[in-house]
Amino acid sequence: MNPLTLTGLCRALLRRELTVMLRSRAELANPLFFFLMVCALFPLGLGPSPQLLATMAPGILWIVALLSVLMASDSLFRSDFEDGTLEQVLLSPVSLYLIVLIKTLGHWLLTGLPLTLLAPLLALMLQMPSSGLVVLVLSLAAGSLVLSFIAAIGAALTVGLKRGGVLLSLLVLPLFVPVLIFGSAAVQRAVQGMDSVSPLALLAAMALLSLALAPLAIAGALRVSLDQ
Amino acid sequence: MQSLLDISGLGFERDGRQLVSGLSFAVKPGEVLRIEGPNGAGKTSLLRVLAGLYSGYQGDIRFNDELLTSRCRPLLQQQSLFLGHSPAIKMTLTARENLEWLAALQCRQVSAGILEAALAQVGLTGYEDVPCRQMSAGQQRRVALARLFLAPLSLWMLDEPFTALDKTAVLELEGWINDFAAQGGAVVLTTHHDLTTVTPLQSIVLEGSR
Repeated sequence: MNPLTLTGLCRALLRRELTVMLRSRAELANPLFFFLMVCALFPLGLGPSPQLLATMAPGILWIVALLSVLMASDSLFRSDFEDGTLEQVLLSPVSLYLIVLIKTLGHWLLTGLPLTLLAPLLALMLQMPSSGLVVLVLSLAAGSLVLSFIAAIGAALTVGLKRGGVLLSLLVLPLFVPVLIFGSAAVQRAVQGMDSVSPLALLAAMALLSLALAPLAIAGALRVSLDQ
Repeated sequence: MQSLLDISGLGFERDGRQLVSGLSFAVKPGEVLRIEGPNGAGKTSLLRVLAGLYSGYQGDIRFNDELLTSRCRPLLQQQSLFLGHSPAIKMTLTARENLEWLAALQCRQVSAGILEAALAQVGLTGYEDVPCRQMSAGQQRRVALARLFLAPLSLWMLDEPFTALDKTAVLELEGWINDFAAQGGAVVLTTHHDLTTVTPLQSIVLEGSR
């Protein structure tokens, strides 16, 4: 019966989060398929003109990635709420901040990160000039992290509700707007050959800020949702 | 003997109905307390108040002579175990993975020996690495009950612990409660089950709102 070190604790929390997600493959694949399918619909709906697609590609990729993150986040706390895991988490002497930080990071590693890695492929499909690819990956990496944390706040607030999905979108989408503006602006500037360091820096700052502050809000929201 | 849990003037309401008011009782080490009452009388809510999951109460709760606030209760969190209606078992994980993680939540690292001994105690030898999805409801319940033997505790809070257990398991659990009390542990539980072999047994009866 040894007390656990902080590193050991973080490793145990992260390993469990990843194992649980990796064993429900369908849930894991859903947002990726959504991303792939919706992006594939745009050329069909807009017509195959390369110029048109190329100008719209940064916006399309960003909006669909954003919706995929939102879709994936709805179930972030739901199964833990239903099987009583969240009760035990709240009763734990471990800081709730740490637990939700690691949980949300684990969730991002298996949703936001794969979306980011898939994006360049879809960008080529949408005829986006290759000059924007690096910025696309960087902006989505930082941006999807911010989106995951913001969506986690909404998911924590709505976890106790039977049909939280619609409310989650209403709560969270307005908060996604700044991320979308800076993210797609970064890619558009890169495509047009301009310097995109400043929007990327802003996204990185948002990512760091959400890593530091969002777990406080998530923890508070979970306490409110379960206090009954 | 000094009491482990000391409750005075406790009251709470749910959905606008005052379920409990002015409730006072104490639980000493070695005692088993059963919360009785009809459905909807607030038994589960009372346990959730004691565990720290529900903060909408008035009155004082002391654990080891320390006044508990709804947020700050490290001693209680380390020395007690709350088992609710939902067993907190992840279906996709194996019994071992579930218990290791639940122990990590208590800041403890359990050795393979302790873990296997705990599972053997609840009659799940050979099921260590079986995903809980493949177990029956009673076996899943037993995995949750194995947590009682993972770490030294001083208070068990059990909400309907006999649900889904077969007759032998019910007798076994009553035996564990007796053993735990004999070793100086305290148990607070809710159940509609006749606790035939648990002695000595104290009861408080919640009458519900009228």
